[in-house]
Amino acid sequence: MKVALFVTCVNDLVFPGTGRAVVEVLERLGHTVEFPVEQGCCGQMHANSGYREEALPLVANFVKTFDGYDAVVGPSGSCVAMVRDWYPKLAPDSGEVVARTYELSEFLVDVLGVTDVGATFPHRVTYHPTCHGLRMLRLGDRPRRLLESVRGLELLDLPGAEECCGFGGTFAMKNAGVSGAMLADKCRSIVDTGAEYVAAVDNSCLAHIGGGLSRAGGPAKPIHYAEILAAS
Amino acid sequence: MSGGNIVARLPFPVAARKELGDAQLRANLRNATHTIRDKRLRMVGEVPDWEELRRSGAAIKDDVLSRLPELLTQFEAAATAAGATVHWARDAAEACAVVTALVRDTGTAEVVKVKSMVTQEIGLNDSLEAAGIAAVETDLAELIVQLAGDTPSHILVPAIHYNRSQIRDIFHRNGLSALTDDPPALAEAARRHLRAKFLSARVGISGANFAVAESGTLVVVESEGNGRMCLTLPETLISVVGIEKILPTFRDLEVFLQLLPRSSTGERMNPYTSLWTGVTPGDGPQTVHIVLVDNGRTETLADDVGRQALRCIRCSACLNVCPVYERVGGHAYGSVYPGPIGAILSPQLSGGGANRTLPYASTLCGACYDACPVRINIPEVLVHLRQTGPHPPAERAAMRALSWIMRDRRRYAAALRAARRGAAPIRWATGRRGAVRHLPWPLSKWTSTRDAPLPAKQTFREWWAHERTR
Ligand code: SF4
Repeated sequence: MKVALFVTCVNDLVFPGTGRAVVEVLERLGHTVEFPVEQGCCGQMHANSGYREEALPLVANFVKTFDGYDAVVGPSGSCVAMVRDWYPKLAPDSGEVVARTYELSEFLVDVLGVTDVGATFPHRVTYHPTCHGLRMLRLGDRPRRLLESVRGLELLDLPGAEECCGFGGTFAMKNAGVSGAMLADKCRSIVDTGAEYVAAVDNSCLAHIGGGLSRAGGPAKPIHYAEILAAS
Repeated sequence: MSGGNIVARLPFPVAARKELGDAQLRANLRNATHTIRDKRLRMVGEVPDWEELRRSGAAIKDDVLSRLPELLTQFEAAATAAGATVHWARDAAEACAVVTALVRDTGTAEVVKVKSMVTQEIGLNDSLEAAGIAAVETDLAELIVQLAGDTPSHILVPAIHYNRSQIRDIFHRNGLSALTDDPPALAEAARRHLRAKFLSARVGISGANFAVAESGTLVVVESEGNGRMCLTLPETLISVVGIEKILPTFRDLEVFLQLLPRSSTGERMNPYTSLWTGVTPGDGPQTVHIVLVDNGRTETLADDVGRQALRCIRCSACLNVCPVYERVGGHAYGSVYPGPIGAILSPQLSGGGANRTLPYASTLCGACYDACPVRINIPEVLVHLRQTGPHPPAERAAMRALSWIMRDRRRYAAALRAARRGAAPIRWATGRRGAVRHLPWPLSKWTSTRDAPLPAKQTFREWWAHERTR
């Protein structure tokens, strides 16, 4: 299968380790990964903030770049949700690539039929299901199943897991006060689990949560779940 | 034209700041919303065809919206034939003028009201007061808010921001005595107060949850029975109804009488459902007026994406699951319609000023969409409304520049490289923490409550070029 990695702009610049982890996991499972360098941002920030016109060229670039691959895999619930949920509305001619774009856990569980990717991560981890993964992509328990199959990993339940962490893209800046209040509650729940790591499918939410944990001086560290799956 | 109490006075972030500082408020809200939220989930879980019901509810309402003028005409004819008088009001001012004149004609100086969002929306109580007419709210929560000199902060539980002991204090200040702050004692004090009002009132004012076009029937769904008193005891009944409340046929009620109570109070069935059609000689009010209110609805209807907001049945499920509402309460939205539905309805019914900040009062987490019994895609409408709003010039410039850079591979790679290089000295300065505590404006808004991450030492595409392509 011709698998293309869609790394997302946040990962490219700030969290390149997540992209490297996806490559590692897919190669370990025997697949060849391509990285089309023409790719840019999916346009989510523009579209969600009300800049439709500015988003459209980015949508067009995505469609052109990834057309022709059997599967496009991205380690981000919100960027993949942007492609799958919004592209058909923004650009009705965005074509088949939309249906072939998967969040990593969907690709592993649904397309490859794998839950044990052969990882080892001997730590206490709690999992925060990010909103777009949860409610737009309906990832369900796929990421949890992947984590549960990791050797040595102790998965701790997060109370109020399905509540938004307060990131919301530009919401975090435009309504910093409310965002901070939501973040404080989320961080408290995470710290109360006693976990060493909080995992999620989105680095943007994790950057927000990690920023809160680091400010509060909590022991839990944010980690993208792909990096756990890549650990051995 | 539209108006009334839909327009916020303060931008949402400013109003929210004040509410966020109130720890008691946040605790009250958290308790109340989580209790209703859990109850709703249990009740919805009992219904095997809940998703089909939601789809039916949405479809019936969409059908109504697609042929509203026809159904309204049908409703008017049926209601008139049954002995009611139908009035039409384009905006809040017109609606208030019609109702005030009707009350004045009866010569009474006091009316009893059963909770009605639309009379809040048009600011009816103030208009009546200006005409020397006292309007007594009879819904318990609404009464509490009225006695406190406050405004409602929730669609269904207008006094949700108060706890029991605060309510007892409000009662005491107004001469209603309750011996303890137990809910039954508080309810008894309110009952004694209201009973006297019901028995003397000659005019009742109500809203309606539904208006059936084929029969001219109005429907009110409530929990306390006070509404039933308002609807049956006075000689004159004036019902103020938003034009979107229409349902085509009596049978359609079946769907909504299942959707509404489970979504709003988490009950299988609400305790009181009152239906009335015009006048019945010798029984109940002998003069019945219906005021159909537009107030921005026709304009909302004209918007392909935004019109779904008119499907709303005011159940308040979206408020109870909204993490933003839970932190700031209803007053921060500045409009009679708070929470997620308010964030899309208020700007559409009345689009200017501070209402423009409401579509941004959401993280787009989608909990409201999942909860909504008529499947209003609130996140979709929020994003749609953000597209029409005026954008801050600095933000617009930044978004344009980023779009220009990100759509071209060379420009994009160069920008990533520049950002990565630019961060190097900061990374060195922050040492092992690897996170930044203070950033200059506008990023200072990020660092006001959380540390910021730094660009990595090597971008992903640099790593790929270095390791994988040769
Ligand atoms: S938008 Fe939906 S959930 Fe919210 S009040 Fe209206 S009907 Fe209820």
